[in-house]
Amino acid sequence: MTDTDSPAHASSPAHASSPAPASSPAYARPERRLLPQPTAESEAFWTGGRDGRLLISHCRACKHFFHPPGPVCWRCRSTDVGPEPVSGRATVAAYTINRQPWIPGYPPPYVVAMVELADEPDVRLITNIVDVPLDEVRVGLEVEVFFEQWPAEPGPDDSPVWLPLFRPATAAVGGAR
Amino acid sequence: MSGGPFDGKAVVTGAGKSQVGRRLGRTGLDLTIEAVTRAIADAGLSVDDIDGIASYPGPGVPDLGFSGATITEVRNALGLRSRWYLSSTETAGQIGPAIEACMAVTLGLANHVVVYRSVWESTAQAGAGRASVLFGGGALSGHLEYTGPFGALSAANWLSMPAQRYMHDFGLTREQLSAIPLNARANAGLNPDAIYRDPLTLDDYLGARMISEPLCLFDCDVPCDGATAVIISRRDATAGLPRHPLTVESVGTGMFERATWDQRVDVTTMAAHDVAATLWEHTTLGPADVDHAQLYDGFSFLTVMWLEALGFAEHGKVGPFIEGGERIALDGPLPLNTSGGQLSGGRLHGMGFLHEACVQLWGEGGERQARNNPEVAVVGVGGGPVGGAMLLSTR
Repeated sequence: MTDTDSPAHASSPAHASSPAPASSPAYARPERRLLPQPTAESEAFWTGGRDGRLLISHCRACKHFFHPPGPVCWRCRSTDVGPEPVSGRATVAAYTINRQPWIPGYPPPYVVAMVELADEPDVRLITNIVDVPLDEVRVGLEVEVFFEQWPAEPGPDDSPVWLPLFRPATAAVGGAR
Repeated sequence: MSGGPFDGKAVVTGAGKSQVGRRLGRTGLDLTIEAVTRAIADAGLSVDDIDGIASYPGPGVPDLGFSGATITEVRNALGLRSRWYLSSTETAGQIGPAIEACMAVTLGLANHVVVYRSVWESTAQAGAGRASVLFGGGALSGHLEYTGPFGALSAANWLSMPAQRYMHDFGLTREQLSAIPLNARANAGLNPDAIYRDPLTLDDYLGARMISEPLCLFDCDVPCDGATAVIISRRDATAGLPRHPLTVESVGTGMFERATWDQRVDVTTMAAHDVAATLWEHTTLGPADVDHAQLYDGFSFLTVMWLEALGFAEHGKVGPFIEGGERIALDGPLPLNTSGGQLSGGRLHGMGFLHEACVQLWGEGGERQARNNPEVAVVGVGGGPVGGAMLLSTR
């Protein structure tokens, strides 16, 4: 995994206030996101970020990844499946710049994208592309995962989740940050 | 008149539409009863002749105003003595229940089935706006679990991504895409029941605010209040009825991949492509035989998908096909969305297209009547992982 510092990055209020060059706006965590309520099947996907890992359902029979998580491999129908870490590298397959306010506390504009995992291009995740000027997002852009913990400071009754977000990949492919 | 999945036995004998508008302040059931009783009368039938009823989506839909009335409510309100009934969302798009009604009459389970779709989103969502419905509160279930956390709550977001990729891969331009909403608005101007009737220009379109790039305000349909209904009859039961029965030549119900908004192998195709493949499998007719098309435009890009899925243009080449709008105009070779579609006519959610296809085949479009005296119509409904199609003729 390339990004073990991600939870700290995502939950640090200092990040949003750090000065950023106009050409590369630093990502500011929104005030609010709608959060998943993980199921037995999706728990690994939403909490792998605790350890800096993007966990995707993997079939031990045909060796393919698949998404969303489920109890059976849709390709070979094996039930010998479970979450496995992937590299966290991906490529933008399609994107949109959302301009419409839908969620109080999460103002537009923001980039929603489908990214294809380097480990299994057939597997696409819906995510946000951040830390890149809006007009520089494009099909084929290589990106890497980082995780944003919600809530940032969980209370005793919270079960936090780690949302996989993506930003332009660093030059050193597979290298440690 | 024969062949096809129903061997000519399933026909449309009547169609009806309620008042359609914005914030009418009428209940969904009220609007539904209006559409249903008008369709029954249009077919020359009485309520007591109706022995089947079907609708999309049925009960249990959380979105406010998305379901105007369940079939239980309509049955009870009208005291229907039904021999067959069905509602479903997990079917071939919003016209899936109409397709199932064709099966029911062909098998002899019913003689006359009223099929309706009813919405009152405009009134139900008045004041709080669309975002409030999508925001909703409550758990993110199903597909929303994987999109909502990233602020992708609306189908506008989910469908703008394939639209962007299609533009990227095939060079579809916004100017070309504008032909869909501009054509719809031009037709709506000739339809007294349409919501938006004022002229819309290319400059208006290009200057409109973006909702989710590349889709702008005019690429998105307009929520409304209204209900539409058709009567699907068994041909053997149509003697003496006033209208020329419209034959259901074929239906498209295919779904070859997982029903997702993002995992389809080719991002630039949708369920529509599978639906169209099955539609043409069941008939000797082909795209060249179609005189007019009523193709879902909840978002303009979905009409692009249907046009290529059904074979009117090759994959990736819809841009040049619709450019300028001449081919799809009322006086063109393939009049499209003649009532104004959902973009300008109002989101009657799929069934409005089936209703309009029948009106056109009966030659009763008035000012908006297709100029080519259509005898064959194709209806394609749905978007993303949702889709169903019907092929109708006067033959």
